[in-house]
Amino acid sequence: MDNRSLWESLGMDLDRHDQLLAVLPQVFSGIYLEQPSRPKEMAYFDQVVADIHGARVKELLEHKGRGGKVFASFCIYVPEEIIYAAGGASIGLCGGAELPIGTAERILPRNLCPLIKSSVGFKLERICPYFEVADLVVGETTCDGKKKAWEVLSEYVPMYVMELPQRKGKRDLEFWEGELWEFLHKVEEITGRTIGEEDLRRGIEVTDRKRRALARLFELRKADPVPISGLDALLVVQLGFFDDPPRFAAKVEELCEELERRIEVGEGAFPDWRPRIVISGSPMAIPNWKVHALVEKLGGAVVCEESCTGTRALTGTTEPEGDGIGGLIKGIAQRQLRANCACFTPNQERVEDVLRLCREYAADGVILYSLQFCQPFILEAYRLERALRGEGIPVLRIETDYGEGDMEALKLRVKGFLESLVR
Amino acid sequence: MKALGIDIGSAWTKAVLLEGGEIVAAKAIPTGPDFAKAGLRAARSLLRGRGGLKGVKGLVVTGYGRDAFPRGRKVTELTCQARGVWGLRPSVRTIIDVGGQDTKVIRIGEEGRLLTFVMNDKCAAGTGRFLEAIARALRMRVWELGLLAEQAELGCSINSTCTVFAETEVIGLLASGRAKEDVCRGVIESVGKRVAALALSLGVEGEVALVGGVAKVPCLKEALEEELGTDLVDLPLDPQFTGAYGAALLAADGRSWP
Repeated sequence: MDNRSLWESLGMDLDRHDQLLAVLPQVFSGIYLEQPSRPKEMAYFDQVVADIHGARVKELLEHKGRGGKVFASFCIYVPEEIIYAAGGASIGLCGGAELPIGTAERILPRNLCPLIKSSVGFKLERICPYFEVADLVVGETTCDGKKKAWEVLSEYVPMYVMELPQRKGKRDLEFWEGELWEFLHKVEEITGRTIGEEDLRRGIEVTDRKRRALARLFELRKADPVPISGLDALLVVQLGFFDDPPRFAAKVEELCEELERRIEVGEGAFPDWRPRIVISGSPMAIPNWKVHALVEKLGGAVVCEESCTGTRALTGTTEPEGDGIGGLIKGIAQRQLRANCACFTPNQERVEDVLRLCREYAADGVILYSLQFCQPFILEAYRLERALRGEGIPVLRIETDYGEGDMEALKLRVKGFLESLVR
Repeated sequence: MKALGIDIGSAWTKAVLLEGGEIVAAKAIPTGPDFAKAGLRAARSLLRGRGGLKGVKGLVVTGYGRDAFPRGRKVTELTCQARGVWGLRPSVRTIIDVGGQDTKVIRIGEEGRLLTFVMNDKCAAGTGRFLEAIARALRMRVWELGLLAEQAELGCSINSTCTVFAETEVIGLLASGRAKEDVCRGVIESVGKRVAALALSLGVEGEVALVGGVAKVPCLKEALEEELGTDLVDLPLDPQFTGAYGAALLAADGRSWP
């Protein structure tokens, strides 16, 4: 089946979808393909993006044809392990494009973060095939915007919401374990399969292999000169939410081998010396490459993201905590709650994470990135900035959406920041 | 050696020519819609009778329109302001630059380097555009607005942050019979408040200098000093030219980057 008949069979709005895809190749090639000295193994990831609404969607339909189910989510706190344990497929949903935001604003307030508006807009406009193939959309209660958006979205898709606690005490961990159990039963109900201990162990291994591969990639970015651009690393992480996990892990491992060879001979991603930048804050969903593109075009190198599309997705592997399936669930809960999202309070651990990452990645400066109206991250930027400045680390705060309207203003801030970092 | 600095701002384009480190000429022209052309015009008029562009050894272009200019090294106005003000008065640590559409507060580091900065967000409040819009609504020039403000007895309080709403508010105040001097004073004070809030978010440290075209508006300096609770020092150069002067100094320094 060609892509158009595929999208038509999913009931998508083909004209509007054409508009979306019409800009993507141009944006992608302008930002990605013009980078100098890219790793050759990025070719795989380029090809996945080039057909982002095609090949993978077909695979998911074939999976459904075999009786498999598809679970779509937006957040690293949704446990993929449990989905894989029941033979399900897990995908991250679209939410990084400007195009559907206007439509979403017919229902949602304008002063809401662009990620939520974009995601809801994708469904309203029927231009995201992943929404259309999903048997269940899994939300979580990370922020007020998302909580309320799920109520709206549940009128359009089969919706399930996991309640994430806001603290990380003993009771919160127990509560979250309970949420994982309830989700497990929901997955069993949707897939019609019972999840046993061995199934969950297998689900954990599939997820952990992906995590180990990404962690290895992030480890390699500590090298000086950095062997891969921030743009390329971000793309890999973003695709980790879409791609088939074993294949993705294998491709990331191949990429890492190439980067290891590069490091051995001192080959960097950039021809010149560049200030090393850590970006910390809100997640960046495909095709939101705005800040990375700006930083690297203007002469910086992004070496790490403290983000859900970055280190927060890499909280080590799952260590069973006790016997049986209960021990596995507890292990998953503990691993997940190691991620320090700004939705938790207090959240001093995130401040410590960022300070540690600055040391490990030899950062020359930090960009605190918030999506517009993303209150948890905007508010935390105050304490983070103070802590970073206290350690003598230069900071730039950026709050932006997916639009192009503030490009000139951002350019000035980023270029000025990079100028101030030149040693 | 001749070094040229061009600052293509959103409203005005400024150029400063240095010879042996001293200013030999300076020129400001309205920018208009074509940034490159404005830069070239400013440079040409400055170099007329002084040997033209050929004799210039160093060229740094800064300001909003810098990337449109076909020649020279491009450096942000943040770095140029830091270098320029440091060149004029090394004891200044904080620069408040109120420009046509941006307001910046800049901390100067060692040897005139840019240390850190904050800027206004996507909004005209606290910039020259705000004053221009209000002045236009009152059918006067910005400097006239400043002169009237100086004669006020008690400034009106302007509560709208949004430029468009502030226009409406100002017209409403006049309609309710408030003296135009007091209204103008209120307008200037509202800019002072916005700019001071930005400056205090970075923290005011050491000597503070006010630069940018808007610094020349009567009454604004006093309003800002009142809000900041500190004096603003005088610089031995027209505050509209400090960015272009910094660019010229960087051109003369001849360092690779920035």
